[in-house]
Amino acid sequence: MNESREIPQHAPSWHEWLASDVPTSRLHARCVQLYLSWRAFRTNTLAMVGLFILLGLVLVAILGPLLITHDPYAQDLSKRLMPPGTGGFWLGSDELGRDIYSRIVMGAGITLYIVALVAVTAPLMGLIVGTLAGYLGGWVDNVLMRLTDIFLAFPKLVLALAFVAGLGAGLENAILALILTAWPPYARIARAETLTIRNSEFIDAVRMVGLGPLRIIVGHIWPLCLSSIIIRMTLDMAGIILTAAGLGFLGLGAQPPTPEWGAMISSGRKFVLDQWWVAAMPGLAIFTVSLGFNLLGDGLRDVLDPKSSGQGGGS
Amino acid sequence: MSTLLSVEDLWVRFRGPNRVVEAVRGVSFTLGRERLGIVGESGSGKSMTGRAILRLIRPPGEMSARRLELDGTDLLALTERQMRAIRGHRISMIMQDPKFSLNPVVRVGEQIAEAYRAHARVDRREARVRALEMLHAVQIRDPERVYDAYPHEVSGGMGQRIMIAMMLVPEPDLLIADEPTSALDVTVQMQVLAIMDKLVREKGMGLIFISHDLNLVASFCDRVLIMYAGRIVETCEAKRLHEARHPYTRGLLASLPQIDKPVPRLAVLERDAAWRKQGGIDASV
Amino acid sequence: MPASETTALGSAGKAPKAPSERRAEAPARDALPPPAIAVSDLRVAFGKGAERFEAVRGVSFSVASGQSYGLVGESGSGKSTVLRAIAGLIDDWSGRIEVKGRPVEKKRRARSFYRTLQMVFQDPYGSLHPRHTVDRMLSEPLAFHRFDHIEKRIERVLEDVGLGPAFRFRYPHQLSGGQRQRIAIARALVLEPSILLLDEPTSALDVSVQAEILNLLKDLQAERRLTYLLVTHNLAVVAHMCSEIAVMNAGEIVEVMSVEQLRRMAPTHPYTRQLLDASTGYDAEKVARFERFA
Repeated sequence: MNESREIPQHAPSWHEWLASDVPTSRLHARCVQLYLSWRAFRTNTLAMVGLFILLGLVLVAILGPLLITHDPYAQDLSKRLMPPGTGGFWLGSDELGRDIYSRIVMGAGITLYIVALVAVTAPLMGLIVGTLAGYLGGWVDNVLMRLTDIFLAFPKLVLALAFVAGLGAGLENAILALILTAWPPYARIARAETLTIRNSEFIDAVRMVGLGPLRIIVGHIWPLCLSSIIIRMTLDMAGIILTAAGLGFLGLGAQPPTPEWGAMISSGRKFVLDQWWVAAMPGLAIFTVSLGFNLLGDGLRDVLDPKSSGQGGGS
Repeated sequence: MSTLLSVEDLWVRFRGPNRVVEAVRGVSFTLGRERLGIVGESGSGKSMTGRAILRLIRPPGEMSARRLELDGTDLLALTERQMRAIRGHRISMIMQDPKFSLNPVVRVGEQIAEAYRAHARVDRREARVRALEMLHAVQIRDPERVYDAYPHEVSGGMGQRIMIAMMLVPEPDLLIADEPTSALDVTVQMQVLAIMDKLVREKGMGLIFISHDLNLVASFCDRVLIMYAGRIVETCEAKRLHEARHPYTRGLLASLPQIDKPVPRLAVLERDAAWRKQGGIDASV
Repeated sequence: MPASETTALGSAGKAPKAPSERRAEAPARDALPPPAIAVSDLRVAFGKGAERFEAVRGVSFSVASGQSYGLVGESGSGKSTVLRAIAGLIDDWSGRIEVKGRPVEKKRRARSFYRTLQMVFQDPYGSLHPRHTVDRMLSEPLAFHRFDHIEKRIERVLEDVGLGPAFRFRYPHQLSGGQRQRIAIARALVLEPSILLLDEPTSALDVSVQAEILNLLKDLQAERRLTYLLVTHNLAVVAHMCSEIAVMNAGEIVEVMSVEQLRRMAPTHPYTRQLLDASTGYDAEKVARFERFA
């Protein structure tokens, strides 16, 4: 092709260093790759909105104690079920006179805690199971994939319910249940990716180095599965928040008086017709965060999809 | 020789966010009822030239030309709907990989019959007879069986023959073949070429044969255009390709190893920046 | 250099073959160094039961040390399968493969095997990991085999394949087809093997780039006294590179000829004749006489 491109004559600026075609060190190469991905991501407005929502969530979780106007646990029965904007309650108060705004702010940390634990553990489990099954094949594949099928056959919430019922109610057990129900789809994705990667010439090439299966899986197959796993993860996070909320709603997750968003909706359902804000405000918070994850996931898919971005750096 | 296709000052550009890539830069040539070879390396613009004639350049690519006429019809003036009627009826194109060009869920015979029915108003039975005839013409031994096969059930060579049958059944005036045999084994490649050769001769079609293989083009075509960096740098009779003058063509020929002429080292093509700047050649006859 | 240079290549524990099973040139073996590669009665089959298909059906040949040996044939002839069996990428084969006089195992091979024999693959777009830099591709084998002076070795091998240090931290998508194939060659050479298996190393490249790569391979062979086993469908390329050529069809070697014989266009087997006719350009009369060889 005939490329009419401009060649910079002056000393390279920060920007040119980052967009360089000829990196000079390992670190530089990595920076260039990150920068180019970021540049592609930045053009996607909706994904940026998603990113900002999630950054907001992180900020709120960290700065929580500074942002609240009331003690989230303090009850004041004389001020129960106040509508939003009255009595000093920005988002109203609940049936025990607690400030809904302060409780949502404090609940952000809990939501983030659930999301972070599940987001790290479940994909990792899926990645290990899926790539082992896909790369080794044979009986390993059969055993691992039937196991995955069994987990997939149960509706997520029902399986989580069973786990929680067995382990006892509580936030930690709810998270464990979420992890155990969330990994199978990742295993499926990782296995499918591995099956296509396994037969490529670059895997043959590392086999010719003499590397064993484990090093090949971790060093050469994981990096290629990671992008689809991350995309799936961001799209999944909304569902995980909702399942966690569902467990909370059923009283099997975080226990009162912990300001977990699902549990708050649960307690607000009794008044949903007359005092709608008690359930609607935490619902709105769940909706916003879920939306943020979905938008981010869509944007990441455009940037990370190995099928499109393999060539995406240079051109 | 009557002119079938005339192309004047054809350009194909791809607009990126930062730069414009010019794939074809002012190509002019005419085609009679002959076999015209277009050779060049990857990125020379040879495939884009073929696609541009059919107006198949998709955004962000765009094409422009001063003239693009097929037998008196101005292809540039046609609407997209009229252009669709031209494609497949008056101009057909054969691509490198038949697997991507055939519909995987329709039996190959039906695809050929359908191509024929779109062209001629005939009933199904007649179309089937014609399709079987065509499969026979491309030397498929058992046309009845192949008619009922799905694309994944046939070999590469067979698939390419089926493609040729499908592309030739509407009896187009012009056939554009873009590396039609590169994915095939050499002996199968020759057999497929022989079929194409025979049909093109019998029906008096024009053929544009796009390839990177200089020897193949020299032995198969009547006339050759050599493309480099989006321009035609040289044109000559195919038989006389080995007497080519342009340093690029000479360099390409010299870089080919030859069975009967051993050399200790192959000549390496030194690209001259001036070739890129030189204007192209008008290959009109 | 690696610590254990003299490790056994294969399982020395295998019972030695009876003299009658040895290859014909066995008597000369004590005097001459063993061939770089010796394959006898290699058979490879894929699939099971009714689907079982024998891709390689009793192939024997040997490649002398420092020689370039060509294996030509069309798709499905089994030529690449032979190469993959020698490389250890296929473990389900029968027969005997010796590298430098030592038989190789079917399953996991000794580490030192990979320092003796390396492979260059066909597709320069598919044989480099899309998410790894050139640096990583070259340093990983060195680190795994515990070579010293890794930095220096990487710089030198890049120099040797005609690329400067500027290419060291690039990703494959920042390289052209020819540059990628040079990197693939560098990766094969970085462990300093004495044998290279070349699987259609130039078939995906433009002719001018092909010339550069073939020249590079010839130069490297002269510098490093490499043994090449080249698999290709292109007769002109084998004629240029190899001194001895085996023609394969349907899983068997149909003819072994010298390069002189090929240059004289004087093959003895009709299949080779037809392949030669097809390779020298289009000729309607010759094509009409083509037959099917199974």
